[in-house]
Amino acid sequence: MSDDVKIDLELDLKGLLCPLPMVKVSQNINNVEVGGIIRAVATDPGAMADIPAWAQSTGNEVVSAGKEGSEFVFLVKRLK
Amino acid sequence: MDENGKKSLAMVVMSGDFDKLTGAFIIANGAAAMGMDVTMFFTFWGLRALKKNVRTGKTFFGKMIGLMYGGGIEKSHPSKFAFGGMGRWMFNKMMKSHGVQTLPEMRDLAVQLGVGLYACQMSMDVMEIPQEAFIDEVKDPVGVGFFLLKAQNADIQLFI
Repeated sequence: MSDDVKIDLELDLKGLLCPLPMVKVSQNINNVEVGGIIRAVATDPGAMADIPAWAQSTGNEVVSAGKEGSEFVFLVKRLK
Repeated sequence: MDENGKKSLAMVVMSGDFDKLTGAFIIANGAAAMGMDVTMFFTFWGLRALKKNVRTGKTFFGKMIGLMYGGGIEKSHPSKFAFGGMGRWMFNKMMKSHGVQTLPEMRDLAVQLGVGLYACQMSMDVMEIPQEAFIDEVKDPVGVGFFLLKAQNADIQLFI
């Protein structure tokens, strides 16, 4: 899945609980160019709801969100 | 929407309880991360959330409040299971073991995310807590009119 997408920034959100996964994505979104992709790995199941909500609220895009083993992997694209 | 066209959240923080302050700061920090302008208006017991660990009070009663209800945000007790300080210790331990931030860390993050921290002038007068007792990032004291204008223009209003 992530093999054919160019990742501009990797974020390790493992061990962080609400609201920190969302906060860290928000703090790092401007570290990639518009159109750039952040790959974020979290362990908090709540992030599956929160990060898409964050994207909707801020006008960015969650390209994919999925469970890989015990981790939740997000590809977040900066749209503006 | 506020004057910059951003969505905004206006919150009254009346409580000084550990659990309610935790909820207040998590919501505030989440909203700030979601790109919202956040105003937190602290009043009555909530004022302690802004305080440094200093003694306050001028009159006998003011000093009594300073003594019985002194200290900063780290001194707040949970609203249940307080057990004279044991509850706070227990919750701090449990939250740390689950990787949740402490209240002082949450407040630092709020400052970092640009959350507006405001104290109620009237409560400060009544409880004899001066501006110097607060952390430096707290804005100048305001009244209810200021809060109501913020609330009127806010997309979300909360009372905690």
